[in-house]
Amino acid sequence: MLDFIIGKYNYWFYIILMMVGFYAIIGKRNLVKKIIGLNIFQTAIILFYVSIASKKGATLPILEHHGGHGDHAAIIEVASYMNPLPHVLMLTAIVVMVATLGVALGILIKIYKRYGSVEEDEIACVIKSENMKYEVGK
Amino acid sequence: MTDQAPILVLAIPLLTAILMPLAGLFREKLCYPLVIMIMMVTTALSGAILFQTIHFGPIHYYIGDWRPPWGIELVIDPLNALVLLAISVSALLAAISSKAVVEKELEGKEIYFYTLFLLQMTGLTGMVITGDMFNLYVFLEITSITGYALLAVGEDGSYMAVFKYLVMGTIGASFYLIGVGYLYMATGSLNMADVASLIPGVIHSRIVFFAFILCVAGLFVKMAMFPVHGWLPGAYSKAPSAAAALIAPLTTKVSVYILIRICLSVFTAEYVFDFLKQTDFIVWLASATIVFGSLSALAQKNYKKMLTYILIAEVGYMVGGFFLGNRLGISGAILHIVNDVAMTLALFLGAGIFFWKTGSGEREDLKGLFVKMPLTMTGFALAAFSVIGVPPTCGFFSKWYLISGGIAGGQYLFVAALIFSSLINAVLFFRLFEIAYFQPFADHHHAPAHGAVAIEEAPIHMLAPFLVAGAILIALGLYSGEIVTQIIQFAIPAEIM
Repeated sequence: MLDFIIGKYNYWFYIILMMVGFYAIIGKRNLVKKIIGLNIFQTAIILFYVSIASKKGATLPILEHHGGHGDHAAIIEVASYMNPLPHVLMLTAIVVMVATLGVALGILIKIYKRYGSVEEDEIACVIKSENMKYEVGK
Repeated sequence: MTDQAPILVLAIPLLTAILMPLAGLFREKLCYPLVIMIMMVTTALSGAILFQTIHFGPIHYYIGDWRPPWGIELVIDPLNALVLLAISVSALLAAISSKAVVEKELEGKEIYFYTLFLLQMTGLTGMVITGDMFNLYVFLEITSITGYALLAVGEDGSYMAVFKYLVMGTIGASFYLIGVGYLYMATGSLNMADVASLIPGVIHSRIVFFAFILCVAGLFVKMAMFPVHGWLPGAYSKAPSAAAALIAPLTTKVSVYILIRICLSVFTAEYVFDFLKQTDFIVWLASATIVFGSLSALAQKNYKKMLTYILIAEVGYMVGGFFLGNRLGISGAILHIVNDVAMTLALFLGAGIFFWKTGSGEREDLKGLFVKMPLTMTGFALAAFSVIGVPPTCGFFSKWYLISGGIAGGQYLFVAALIFSSLINAVLFFRLFEIAYFQPFADHHHAPAHGAVAIEEAPIHMLAPFLVAGAILIALGLYSGEIVTQIIQFAIPAEIM
């Protein structure tokens, strides 16, 4: 049991972080907090990807020159280098995350200009009172 | 030229999207013809690709000449090419009809609208032709992010609806991303064909099982399956008509196509249908989606909102048909993807014309439109017949395949849901026709009590694409046999009976 918890601690951290973000998305009534939660959620995935690339005792995946010029025949121990691919993928995922954040904040500014608030309850109040005015006007 | 076609289909809209703000700065009027031109080029290229794949077999294009599994590969088989052609034609028609609507609803934002339009097309095309799991995620997000921006500039209330879509869509994409991560852990590869060849070795792995669940769950959010459909009606019904005509026919259908692609050529049919044996549950979920979508559509007074709920029901058709796991059901699901692109395009173009004409989304405001706009209403009736499933429109044939597949697979719940939904669709559309045909046109300026009402059709660049979409519905119906025997047959693995 202990082994299950400690041996796979990177997964536990990513899941806990992800659930913190998820709680903020569904539990908080403030839209800015929801966006922050969304970001934590995505960051957790990035940490998950980075953690699956690491190996015990491994170093950066940069090949040093072995021997003289053009001597690339030297054996490369794969186990002694970390897997660079997940890191590279996450660079792209970070770009996607930033783009999503940008669009979300843009929409949030529009919401604030329209309703004068970023609290879900207050926005609901504004919509309700406008609907009532509309009904009365009819 | 032709051997570079797969990358050109992607690169031309992408590069033009970057140049579009410059062209708009120079002359704002330039944007519309430029988009039409680009969409015509991509449609021609897609046609050439379809022709080539049918006659000479699948195309494998290595980007930068990096061989798979290291590099990113574009794979186009007849099935991809068919979906590619469907989305190009649909986007071309949506682009042509967008002129008047964009000028009316999005005044001063034409440049940005057409820029996002092309980016959206890039994303959709990329999703369809890519052969790499992570690349697919990137294109999925390109499509979604441009979609949020396009949908957000609609009528009042669209911001909140799109915010909801953004949050749910991002969570869905994140699930897909975790799924890809697990799959990478288990197989060490991201290339679809390479993963498929490695799956038999790790078929008992629980990691692969969770990867499957996460990928499918993420895509369910993106295509608006029943429990996670909440974002769709608000976001689509409040969108500007031009954006709705582009996004509504394509996004959900391409997501369903991605689901089919991932199940058949990544996790392999053997794993999904023979090993998991959990597909019954998804068929029930799809049946629930159909029933829920139809019933909610029945409750709507707003015709735009009604169409969005029909869209949700249609997603249930395709997902349920695919997970029946027999040849008839899968053929029906794939055929329905193409048919539904045409049907939804016609419906949303029609709704766009109504909204442009009456300035209202309410059903009651369609009064007298049969007299006023006979051609438009004829086209809309054609689309409605196709959704209901009246031969010879295409909706009938795919529904026929789906129902026979359901009977062959013993999924009577699914069959019942399909028939129920057809009946509800009939009620929905005939209610609209009753208002539009029998009730007189409500004109506040001069009483229409006696004398003929003058025919006032939409301008030709709105009407023509709409009628072409209507003609495509019949053409697809008449040629559905050829589509199944020439293209769809070969897309289904031989071991599925």
